[in-house]
Amino acid sequence: MDAFLILEDGTVFKGTSIGAVKEVISEVVFNTSMTGYLEVLTDPSYAGQATVMTYPLIGNYGICYDDMESERPWLDAFIVRELSRIPSNFRSENTIQNFLKKNDIPGIAGIDTRALTKILRDKGTMNGMVTTKRYKGSELSSILEKIKAYSVTGVVAKTTTKSVYVAQAQNPDGSRYTGDKEPKRVAFIDVGAKRNIIRSLQRQGCDVTVYPADTTAETILSQNPDGIMISNGPGDPKENVSIIKEIKKLYDSEVPIFAICLGHQLMALATGADTFKLKYGHRGGNHPVKDLSNGRVYITSQNHGYAVDPKSLDPKVCEEAFVNVNDGTNEGLKYVGKNIVTVQYHPEACPGPKDSAYLFERFMKMMEA
Amino acid sequence: MKDNSIKKVLMIGSGPIVIGQAAEFDYAGTQACRSLKEEGIEVVLLNSNPATIMTDKDIADHVYIEPLTIQVLERLIEKEKPDSILPTLGGQAGLNLAMALDESGFLKSHNVRLIGTTALTIKKAEDRLMFKETMEKINEPVAPSEVVHSVEDGLRVAEEIGYPVVLRPAYTLGGSGGGIAENREQCTEILENGLRLSRVHEVLVEKCIAGWKEVEYEVIRDSAGNVITVCNMENIDPVGVHTGDSIVVAPSQTLGDKEYQMLRTSALNIITELGITGGCNVQYALHPESMEYCVIEVNPRVSRSSALASKATGYPIAKVAAKIALGYTLDEIKNAVTGKTYASFEPMLDYVVVKMPRLPFDKFITAEHTLGTQMKATGEVMAIANNFEGGLMKAIRSLEQHVDSLMSYDFSDLDDHDLQKLLHRVDDRRIWVIAEALRRGYSYQEIHNITKIDEWFIDKIKILIDMENRLKSESMNETLLREAKRIEFTDNVIARLTGYEESEIAEMRDKWDIKAAFKMVDTCAAEFEAETPYYYSVFGSENESTGAFRDPEKKKKVLVLGSGPIRIGQGIEFDFCSVHCTWQFKKEGYETIIINNNPETVSTDFDIADKLYFEPLTPEDVKNVVDIEKPDGAVVQFGGQTAIKLADALEKMGVPILGTQQDDVDAAEDRERFDAILQETGCQRAAGKTVFTSEEAKEAANELGYPVLVRPSYVLGGAGMRIAICDEDIDEYIGEINQIAQEHPILVDKYIRGTELEVDAICDGKDILIPGIMEHIERTGIHSGDSISIYPERSLTATAKQRVIDYTERLAKALHVIGMVNVQFIADGDEVYIIEVNPRSSRTVPYISKVTGIPIVPLATKIICGHTIRELGYEPGLQKEAAYYAIKMPVFSFEKIKGADISLGPEMKSTGECLGIAKSFNEALYKAFQGAGIQLPKYKNMVITVKDEDKAEIVPIAKRFEALGYRIFATLGTQKALSEGGVKCFQVRKVEQESPNILDLVLGHELDIVIDIPKEGAEAGKDGFVIRRNAVETGVNVLTAIDTAKALATSLENKSSEITLVDIAKLDEEN
Repeated sequence: MDAFLILEDGTVFKGTSIGAVKEVISEVVFNTSMTGYLEVLTDPSYAGQATVMTYPLIGNYGICYDDMESERPWLDAFIVRELSRIPSNFRSENTIQNFLKKNDIPGIAGIDTRALTKILRDKGTMNGMVTTKRYKGSELSSILEKIKAYSVTGVVAKTTTKSVYVAQAQNPDGSRYTGDKEPKRVAFIDVGAKRNIIRSLQRQGCDVTVYPADTTAETILSQNPDGIMISNGPGDPKENVSIIKEIKKLYDSEVPIFAICLGHQLMALATGADTFKLKYGHRGGNHPVKDLSNGRVYITSQNHGYAVDPKSLDPKVCEEAFVNVNDGTNEGLKYVGKNIVTVQYHPEACPGPKDSAYLFERFMKMMEA
Repeated sequence: MKDNSIKKVLMIGSGPIVIGQAAEFDYAGTQACRSLKEEGIEVVLLNSNPATIMTDKDIADHVYIEPLTIQVLERLIEKEKPDSILPTLGGQAGLNLAMALDESGFLKSHNVRLIGTTALTIKKAEDRLMFKETMEKINEPVAPSEVVHSVEDGLRVAEEIGYPVVLRPAYTLGGSGGGIAENREQCTEILENGLRLSRVHEVLVEKCIAGWKEVEYEVIRDSAGNVITVCNMENIDPVGVHTGDSIVVAPSQTLGDKEYQMLRTSALNIITELGITGGCNVQYALHPESMEYCVIEVNPRVSRSSALASKATGYPIAKVAAKIALGYTLDEIKNAVTGKTYASFEPMLDYVVVKMPRLPFDKFITAEHTLGTQMKATGEVMAIANNFEGGLMKAIRSLEQHVDSLMSYDFSDLDDHDLQKLLHRVDDRRIWVIAEALRRGYSYQEIHNITKIDEWFIDKIKILIDMENRLKSESMNETLLREAKRIEFTDNVIARLTGYEESEIAEMRDKWDIKAAFKMVDTCAAEFEAETPYYYSVFGSENESTGAFRDPEKKKKVLVLGSGPIRIGQGIEFDFCSVHCTWQFKKEGYETIIINNNPETVSTDFDIADKLYFEPLTPEDVKNVVDIEKPDGAVVQFGGQTAIKLADALEKMGVPILGTQQDDVDAAEDRERFDAILQETGCQRAAGKTVFTSEEAKEAANELGYPVLVRPSYVLGGAGMRIAICDEDIDEYIGEINQIAQEHPILVDKYIRGTELEVDAICDGKDILIPGIMEHIERTGIHSGDSISIYPERSLTATAKQRVIDYTERLAKALHVIGMVNVQFIADGDEVYIIEVNPRSSRTVPYISKVTGIPIVPLATKIICGHTIRELGYEPGLQKEAAYYAIKMPVFSFEKIKGADISLGPEMKSTGECLGIAKSFNEALYKAFQGAGIQLPKYKNMVITVKDEDKAEIVPIAKRFEALGYRIFATLGTQKALSEGGVKCFQVRKVEQESPNILDLVLGHELDIVIDIPKEGAEAGKDGFVIRRNAVETGVNVLTAIDTAKALATSLENKSSEITLVDIAKLDEEN
């Protein structure tokens, strides 16, 4: 069946329908990872977005359920050049075709994803519609109005855990924790978290209590956690007004805090800095980030459309700890007089390089101190 | 930060092209030299290979084309006094030399340091034991193994681990001497050979992990400890086939992110622990059904794989590695492709790259086609597409071996049993066999179980088979044609399958607007705008190459056609010519466009031409580029046969051929037309006749008078020319060639036993310029590419010399040559005969350019652009002879091609060449033999066996070897002749006689030389063949031509302890 991708600037791509047959309007973004499509599909940060994979061959190794970063895919639509006719990997349990259908995710294949990526790069992220219906003339114009009017909202509430739960400490190999030390107790604020952040903490020997995004600071602090972790998540950070207020209270406490991605942006907003929307975001597994404390450059996994504006930083509150080597954007902050470190990128990887896993160890040290 | 104490750096190249060490090191070395010079470093270059671009005086400040020996390197360091050596960019040969000098303490005592990766790191990576210990320390798994230094130990370890075992000699090229042993006998054989080839007499005996997925990572580390992965690659052929002989895809296709990152992290941990500063290659075996893996090997230097990774991603590994050696960190080095980002990132591909090996079995018909851990490919091709099937199709048609699809080798007449047997065989035609199995309905599982090739790849082959069937059975329509083009079926293949004419398919494509579009290789999957116009074609996409001039000031565009994969007969020389021609056109104000498909070469570096199209060199693929670029002209005379073959197609596309016209090229190749030209110009060639039968041949021979040269009118693999001295010879020969093919004319020419000469000249239509005359040491009958060539010639009479000049001039003018022409002659006294004329650049051009200091290719290019020889400041005619003798020595890779007949003849067999240059002829000859790796004497034992007609001639040569202290062994006939001639000589029994016989002597490893002059023609399985094979495989120097033996004697007689070094870059000042 034919499918169409209509961009808000009027560009139309014609391809083949994949996954569910349904019409969606969404924000179109591109990801340059060559592997890890399942992790991308199930990363809650893509809620409200339609994702284009720039690598042309997707689905080669099928679906390995263990690799899911949350219980289901969150993105609105999946856009690819080609889905593999067969999956081939000993871990594969399903085909990507079935997976998309079963999870009601529509998509389009067979389009020139590089041409699409160039449009998004040159004009910036824009909205689009994936549909199997052919729109023409005035119908198309009114659809374009609808597409333009779309914005990503309410996605944190949609993706956060609905109830509190505890993930228990583990040994580095994933078995039940048998270490000598008492497990650290980490309060984890889920604003749309990927599983591997929680897992990374567990494997450092932490008991992780996962809280819904709207949990108050008082509730969290009343449990006397050894540390607080604020997760990644979707959408415009500024939309989360009440969460930001609670985070300010956490900042005021003396509990060590580590935050990733949306969590990093929320902490910055809570302490008076500003965020802005990047032209087309950073999504992929090859972004170089410099750790200003030692000058080392790490290749990182990234997925963000917004960034903290370094010009808005109050040097009395925080300073840049990490910057992007390519475009100089902020990639992390260190808070003055505080035991708080936040990063824009994803040390938990999945998909992408694991080179920044050392940050979890650093967080352990922060909790020791 | 840059280390400012580094001011003068010595780079060591990789020497002659041999299997396992090819053009990739010229590419890496050239890029590194340019990168160093960019930083103001004074560069001293040592490489014995004159065909390389790195040995140009504009690439390095001081250029030494000298043998790669310890003695030369020591003298060079004393003479040039570099402060540093960059050893990791010139391949294994250069690295081994630098290591030897480091170990001996020479470097330390001369205050020279190794920059980039340290000696300790190299040892940790290359020394089997240290490597294993290092891997154990950081918990990286390696297959159970043990290092052994003797056959006994090796057998013991093999039994402990259990057969099959893999045997890997330490410090050898391309896995030389390694292999998989299934049992004790095989193990013994490989161990003996491997221990001998290893520089340190060391072999690793290892658990066999054949059948696992083979995956490679190209990684880089800087001195600050920053690490990145440039690219990973998956071999379609599982572990067991050398990666150089495998079909390889980048990036990996069947690995999930968990596996990809697991191995990536491992690779980065390994280079961190080893302390690599620069580029490094890590090879893994990954269990196909678990997360278990093991590290196969680590190459702490740039390699064939790193060249491939550079071309596959656009990331210039060698350039970055050179900068890192100077102290820069990755985040300080700009990404030259985007011009915006930095080297500290990882390339993201939005396409698929497929590499296929170019194997030499078309030249070695008797050789075993099986592939294993010993690399056999002489070169490779790379294709870029946005789907795997398309990439494979493009790669297949890039191979230059008459294949264009999965139908090119036909196995349809095999019965199932034989097909099954073939499926079990790992050889160069395996994917065609799989295709046939799929056509017969074999399941993926069945094929996978036999071949261990991942089903994902088998499915892709099936997609191509499905398309073949659809084209055969369905009626043609737009959707079908679109789909066929998307997976890269050429119009020609579609026409064959559908029954349409190729032109009809092209018309349909026009009608339905199915056109090739070009996409950019930009390192970043379009995330950033890129500056570098490096393109590949796809169907069904938006076109990114507008064909507009990059520099609006320029008004004219020229298309330069490259020479495709490195193969025997078409080597790196043509890349040298293509690159120089491109550079000169740029200087002449042209925008330059290169089309080529060889990832190992300098010409496919993204900053050589203004635009690079990485595409197969077929008429259709070239037309796709022409349609968009609309070049003002194309040059074909520098790209060897590959380019020449495209001239007709280009003319049809309306692209003018610049320089000599195609019709004149045809005139030189067509015997009748050429005869007419010879007549008209008064140039003589050996009298000859064209015949069809044995009777006619004998009649012709008697009329011409014996001896005669008999050969087929076109070259049939292996069956070359034969010198016949009587009617019986002719009967025998014609019987032989009629077994291969009938009904083709046979040429009978008067055999003139004289000196072969060769001239490369430039003609502007009016005048000619002859840089020099070269003379071959071997007499007629041996391919010019396999002969030792001397410049300047030393045996011509004044009359003959004048005739060579006159004939060259007459022929060049008669053929309307504009640009290059190569003429081959035989001289006999004052008489000069023409052998052949090639109105194009030849294999000797780089060599003669370097030794005469005359920039031949740039001059020819200027002439093609309309300048004249006089205008360029040259006096026409033969130029003044250089003050040096320069001897080009062919180099062979026989030991790597099991079953190949090593005897020299009219079919070229050498893979590379080296140069010996000196003021005296004898020193030049000595250096040339040294450069070719013939470092004698060692044991002072030799074997001589010659055919009857050579017996008289061999006696004085044997006497000279005797005088050099050699003990001479010979079989009955030769022994008798030598003894009668007064040479002391020991008789040995023939092969078929009881032991100990000549074979035991050969295998006893105490021979320096075997002189075995065989009868012409294929004789696989015969005594001489067995002796030569065994000798070559045990490292004995085998000479199959009398003249070569004579030259070697001269060389040894003149072995001097002092060696003079010649700086090629300063020749001008001396000439």
